[in-house]
Parts: sequence; C-alpha cells; structure tokens
Amino acid sequence: AAARGCGGVWCRAWQRGTGGPAPRGHRAIACNARGGAPPFPACNLAPWVPVVGLEIHAQISSNSKLFSGSQVQFAAPPNSLVSFFDASLPGTLPVLNRRCVEAAVMTGLALNCSINKKSLFDRKHYFYADLPAGYQITQQRVPIAVNGSLSYSLCTDNKMSQMVTKTVRIKQIQLEQDSGKSLHDDTRSQTLVDLNRAGVGLMEVVMEPDMCCGEEAAAAVRELQLILQTLGSSKAVMAEGQLRVDANVSVHHPGEPYGVRTEVKNINSIRFLAKAIDYEIQRQIEELENGGTILNETRAFDSKLGCTVPMRDKEGKQDYRFMPEPNLPPLILYDAKSLPANVNHQQVVNIDWIHERLPDLPRVKREKLVEQYGILPEHSFTLLNEDGLTEFFENVVKQTQMKPRKVIGWILNDLLSYLKEHSLTVKESPVSSSLLADLLNLLEKKEISSTAAKQVLAELWKGKGKTPLQIVKEKKLELIQDQKELEQICQAVIDGQENEVIMVVLG
Amino acid sequence: GQPLGVLDGIPIAVKDNFNTAGIETTCASNMLKGYISPYNATVVQKLLDQGAVLLGKTNLDEFAMGSGSTDGVFGPVRNPWSYSRQYKEKSVPKPHSQDEESDWVITGGSSGGSAAAVASYTCFAALGSDTGGSTRNPAAHCGVVGLKPTYGLISRHGLIPLVNSMDVPGILTRCVDDAAVVLGSLAGHDPKDSTTIQDDFKPFELPNLTDVSKLSIGIPKEYHAPGLSSEILALWSKAADLFKNAGAKVIEVSLPHTSYSIVCYHVLCTAEVASNMARFDGLEYGHRSDMNKSTESMYAATRREGFNDVVRGRILSGNYFLLKQNYENYFIKAQKVRRLIANDFVKVFRSGVDILLTPTTLSDAAPYMEFIKEDNRTRSTQDDILTQAANMAGLPAINVPTALSERGLPIGLQFIGRSFQEKQLLTVAKWFEKQVKFPMIQLEEVKRHEHNVFQHQKSASFT
Repeated sequence: AAARGCGGVWCRAWQRGTGGPAPRGHRAIACNARGGAPPFPACNLAPWVPVVGLEIHAQISSNSKLFSGSQVQFAAPPNSLVSFFDASLPGTLPVLNRRCVEAAVMTGLALNCSINKKSLFDRKHYFYADLPAGYQITQQRVPIAVNGSLSYSLCTDNKMSQMVTKTVRIKQIQLEQDSGKSLHDDTRSQTLVDLNRAGVGLMEVVMEPDMCCGEEAAAAVRELQLILQTLGSSKAVMAEGQLRVDANVSVHHPGEPYGVRTEVKNINSIRFLAKAIDYEIQRQIEELENGGTILNETRAFDSKLGCTVPMRDKEGKQDYRFMPEPNLPPLILYDAKSLPANVNHQQVVNIDWIHERLPDLPRVKREKLVEQYGILPEHSFTLLNEDGLTEFFENVVKQTQMKPRKVIGWILNDLLSYLKEHSLTVKESPVSSSLLADLLNLLEKKEISSTAAKQVLAELWKGKGKTPLQIVKEKKLELIQDQKELEQICQAVIDGQENEVIMVVLG
Repeated sequence: GQPLGVLDGIPIAVKDNFNTAGIETTCASNMLKGYISPYNATVVQKLLDQGAVLLGKTNLDEFAMGSGSTDGVFGPVRNPWSYSRQYKEKSVPKPHSQDEESDWVITGGSSGGSAAAVASYTCFAALGSDTGGSTRNPAAHCGVVGLKPTYGLISRHGLIPLVNSMDVPGILTRCVDDAAVVLGSLAGHDPKDSTTIQDDFKPFELPNLTDVSKLSIGIPKEYHAPGLSSEILALWSKAADLFKNAGAKVIEVSLPHTSYSIVCYHVLCTAEVASNMARFDGLEYGHRSDMNKSTESMYAATRREGFNDVVRGRILSGNYFLLKQNYENYFIKAQKVRRLIANDFVKVFRSGVDILLTPTTLSDAAPYMEFIKEDNRTRSTQDDILTQAANMAGLPAINVPTALSERGLPIGLQFIGRSFQEKQLLTVAKWFEKQVKFPMIQLEEVKRHEHNVFQHQKSASFT
C-alpha cells in the first residue's frame, strides 16, 4: 500500500464515548523533511509530538556464522547447524568471518556512515536458554560504522502524486551474534531449544528518533530493506526472521523535553510495524491525557488484537555486565592509503575496494529509471518495491514500440493490480513480458482499441496459452479501419432504432 | 616405518583442563564429571600428530583456580618428593601412632598433577596451564622445569579458559632441552585462536652457552617479597653471584608496580571467570541438576552443585566488578594498572637487561595439613606474588630447579625474558641448569627396582 504522509502533530480528537483498542487520531499537519513538526495545534486540544526511533537487526547473508564455520540456513532440522563453538563447548574460541565484516562495511557505506577503522568486540551477559555461552558477542564500545543517514520517500496523499523525501540519521551499525530459538511447550512444561540460529551474524542498525509515525518508520524500513537486498548483505525477508524491527516510541508536548519511551517488539511485518507504532502513540497520548504516566517498559505487539501489551518478566533493569571480548583482537580495517605493503590480501578488508564495487543503490536505480524512461518518480518507487517488476517493465519496453511512459500505466495499473488481487508475485505472473509486449504492440499499431486491449488482457490472465492476436481474432476485437464498413454499421444501428432517431432529430 | 615426529613414542601427560577427544575432560569439577570432549585441543592434537603417547589426564585445582592443587573434586595431589629419600631423611621422625602419610607435602598449583607426573618419572613431559603461575609454581615445588611461553605463541584453542587474556599452555619437563623440544612442537599460529600471532615460528635447538659475559641479568628488588624464606633469598643471591662470577653483568632493577599485581589480578581474573563460567548452565553439556521447576531454578541448582566454593566465590566477585556502577572503578582501573605493570618490564628490558632472575616461590612446598589451614584465596594471594606479573605482561618465564631446601624439598628460581625471545630465555636457563646440577629425585620404591633405568636417565633427556 502506498505510504501516506503523516501528521506530525496528533490531537486527541476522537469521538468521546467510543471505546475500542485503536482510537483514531486527527492527523493535522504534514511533517517537515526531518520529521519534526511545527508545533501549532489543528484543534483546541494541546498538541502532541510523537517520537519514533528504530533498532533493526538484519541477518547477514553469508555461508557461515559470524564466529564459527557452521552453515547459515533457514528452516533446517533443529540443531543440525551447530558447531562446538555455537553450543558453547568449553575451550572453543571465536574466529571472525570476513564476509560478515564486508557485509557490514558495504551497509555502512550505503548508509553514508563513517567506517571505524578500528572497532572492538564486547560480551553482553545474560542468562537465557537460547544463549548457550551466557553472553552475546556484540560491539558495544566501538561499533564498525557510525553517523550515517537514510533517505526515504513518502506520498503526501493517497494518489501517489506528491512524494516528499525525508531523512533519518543512522546512529550506528554493529556486528553481533544472533541467539538460538526457544519454543515453550506449556502442555509438557518444557522448553525446546534450537541452536541453528545461535551465532548467525547480525548487523544491528540503530535509527535515531527522527521519525514521527508508523508510516515514516515503515517507509524507512522498506527503503533499508531494499538497500540491503540490493547490496546482498542481507536477504532482509521479515517473514524469515532476517529483518527484525523494534520501535522506540514516546510522545511529548512541543517545546518540552522528550517523554518516557517504550520499546515495542514482536513486529512481524512492515505493515504491522506501522500499526504497532501508531497504536502505541495513541495509547501513550490517551494515557497521559488521562493523567497517567508512561512506564519505561518493553511491550509486545499483538497482531491479532492490533495493540501493544506489556511483556512479562521484566523485573527491574538488566545489568548486562559488558566486558571486552578477550579472544578477539580489535578489528582493523584498511583503506587504500593505510593498507600495509606486504600484507596477505586474504587477511585484510579494504574499505575503498568495497566502496568501488558497491552496486547502484535503490535511489540511484530510481533516478536512472526516471531519466531513461521518462516515467514519474513515484512510478520508479513502485517498480523497485515489487520484486522483479523493474525487470518485467524493462523487458516489455524492449519488445514494444509503445513509449515507456505509456507502458508504465499498463504495468502499474493493470498488471500489478491483477497480481495483488490474486496474491501473486511478478515471477508467478501468468502473463509474461513478451505476451504483454505483443498486446501493447497491437494497441500501438491501432489494430485494437484500449478497451479491447483490456478485454484481451482479461483473457490472457486465464493463462490458456493463447496469444493476444489469437484472442483478438476469436473475439472479433479488431478495430475496424474501413470507412465504408463503419458507415454500414452505423446505418444499421440507426435503421434499427427508428423511434429514437425521430426523437433525436426533433430535439 | 618412519617416526611421526620428534616426539614419536614419547609418553606425555595432559592437565585435565585441556580437551581430549573421546576422553573425559573434567577440570577437576563436578560440573564436567563424565564430560567426554568431542575434540582435541590444538596443543594436544599437535602432540599426538608428533606421535606422542597420551598416558593420562592430570589432576588440578578445580578449573585451575588455586596454588596448591588441593581443591579439585578428585582430591589433592601429593608431591612425589614427599616420598623421596631426600625428604624422608630430613623430616622429623614421627611417633608410630601417627599416620606416616600425614606429612606429605603439596605440589603447588594449579598444574600439580602434571608436575607430579613429570617429577615421578611417569612421563617425559606434561602440559599444564599458566594464568598466574600455575605451571611455574608446581614446577618449583616438584623440582621440574616449568615453562610459561609468551602469550600468543601457543594456541589456547581447546584449553578451558580461566582468564582468556592471561592463560597460556605450560610445558613441564625434567630438563630445559626437553622443554625446547616440546615448545618446538607446539608453538605457531593457530587459525582457531585469534590471539595467536601470525608470524612464522621456527623450532630451535638450544646452543650450549659457555660465555655469559655479554649477558645482562636484572634482579628486581621488589621480588624480595614479604614472606620470602631466608633460604630462598640466599639461593637467589647465590645464583646472582654465579652469573656475576661467570662474567655476566648483574644489576639490581626496579619493577615498581609489582606490589599491585595481586589486587589487579584479582579484579581481572574474577571478572573473566564470571564471564567464562556463564556457559555452565547444565543445558548443553555437563552436570544438570534434577531441579526442574523453572529454567532459572535449574540453572541455579546446577551451578551450585557443579562448582566448588572457590569457583563460586570468584564468580560472585567478578560479577560485582562488572556491574555498570563498578566497571569504571574496578575493571577499567585494573586494566590501567595492568598496563603500568607491563610497562615496568618494557622499561627494564629497554634499558639493556636481557633476562630477569627472581625466586619462583616464597618457600619450599608446605605440608598439606599446613597448607589447608588457610583458604584458597589467601593462599593464592600469597603464592602468586612472584609469578603473577609475568602473566600480566604476557612475558615468557621459566622455573629451573636449583637446589634442595633444608627439608630436602626442591627450590626453583625463575627467569623472565623478553616477549617472543624464548630461545634466549631457554639458552640462559639451560646454562644455569648445567651449573646447578639439581639432584635427581630418589624415590625409594622405584629406586629398588629400576636402578639401572635411573642410571641411564641421569640427564633426563630423551634426545
């Protein structure tokens, strides 16, 4: 769904007397580019400024784990991808995976970060069944990348005609281990632990609280997802747990200090992310306006009820007893200038070398599409948003004389809406790019009308293997070009409707 | 056939905190009783690849915490010298009613089992570990050579850690040449241990040093520590004279921060222990308590049942020091003090000193009944003072058995060298060993049957 621009200032203007878990807010004013809001109320009640930050964990796309050689694979049989180190057998030591470092550097560069040429690893201690060593190796003191930014776009209305670009600051990117999974079996009073995921490399991307609502957060995450997928540093599929997002939400009155924030977890899709954040904002506003206070707590998003609930078992704040990881020396990265002369290239990571090989980021890809094909910016967003759609579009353009500016309409309105209706991906489309190109060629050569083209397309969806030309012939949809033939038809119609003709002639 | 390597057929023993595939690895703790390790520590693998024969795993203080080898679940280790003629001759005859066995002496620790195994001729070499002196201390008490290599020279992969930033595998042998041979088989980069240096290591044979006139020996005055026995003090002085008379330059030097090393060690060691022991939760391996009301209660019961008081005490202390409110004042401070201690050595070595000569222990081995009168922490504090700083600085150090005490028990002296200069360190140690001609242990029972064997073993070398 198209992201709508949100109001930076929320008023509590829902109908009094109505209950319900998701009260509606009156969205007043568009946010400015940085996500902050001009603080004037659109209604008589005092305005609130919501503040949203994000902590995103992206699983690194690599063959093996961050510190051990066991394989990284989704949905493998339980405990089949566990090395001695992953199981925390005594005496095992971490060995850093080079590919994970490269992934983090790529991501840092793509997000305009400064890459720290020296970064450190730390142990973060807590006891949990899915954390075999009793600590997670992470980068708390000096992470691998800091101070970046991510630009994303929102539509200011539903029609996707006005897009506004916003920026969120990236505080840092750090490398850390993923934990295993624990499944609680209450019927048998047991917990099942699967360590396949334990030790998989993660990049934690911290986004500063520059966002103000669910849509902004969703758009930012979507853009990050596209960037990661373009880089190949993470597959970033939320449904497979490769991208996990926690939101930090607070509200305050303009001019006053930031309010107490809550952390919202257990969000399984980008759509739920927006919902969860919006719900939490409303909940906090309601709570505060009723004279209550916000607790600095962690809440889980319940997707069935559409609300956030406090998470159990958070008695007091955790002291993670951070300590440097003694088994890993500082991570030193080089650039062209600092690269030592006689060094084994297998043993070093060169930031400049990686920079030179970065692929076109989504933003650049979109700009190129707009420039090359003359389509609108919002079109380019939709093209990149759907896996495979850009390729499809370009293939059609190659095979037809119709101008890309016209082709895009057929792609975005007809093809895409059909796919969405039937929950199909572009790859699963029964209509191939060649078939569509054939159809568009008929239209372009004026052999059929556009109404007829839509009818043909409807028939093509059925996937019966017929070509557009065959369907046109079968349904006799050819445009009649012959003047005489047209006159005959018109005359026949007029002849058949004598009474109506008399009435028209009489006025 | 062809020999697999220089150690082919040589019997060795390995301290029970090294992983040995298919063989129980317990760290002398209930937590790992019955734990069969699925892999070999790198150093064990290297020895086996050379053809060495693993005779057995040796006893230690639980998880290598201790300086007596008295606090493991399998019981204390007895110093073989307790049964030597040299010791028995000097000991006060006991009335018949008293247990003849009651005045046996400790081996020192925590690698007491390994030291005893080598001292009693059950094997030619043994692996120990050294975090604060755990190889050199029992080497001194058992009259064997105990080498602590430079940190980063030998792989720790498979050594169950006490303090990751200070632990090294230690080598125990009957003579310095043997230590050099074993070192040659073990040293070198291990990709599985990121703290090993990348540089190539070339095994070396020790030259027979005859001229020490170019040597500069440093005598650090702070090692005249409180509690140092007059016997050892005299021996230390005699050793210094030995070098002087042979033409070496012998000078007094200062390592001013030596006295802080114990407190510093206490903070850093307990902090790492708290962290390293966090993995022992009974879930994946090792002892698991029957308590199953909840995960937390299972963890607590497992750890209470699996660890002894010493380990639990260190975990509690360590967690205290790592708390957010304490981290700066304790952990960070200790790291800074550690840097000062390391710098003391850097300065002294930079000033032209080649090797430092110090005592290894404060006295000869105490009788077990005496030793256990004080708790583990007190003993460690006392006993580690002379050996601890070398671990702080990551430097190589070696105990060379020097002479017998008045009680007929071994006394050793320690040489500390420059980082990665094991060849120089061992060369000097070998020269010293030749001068002092430390006597062979005379184990009565063995002597009766194996007299001929012992004649052959005079030099205790297997080359």
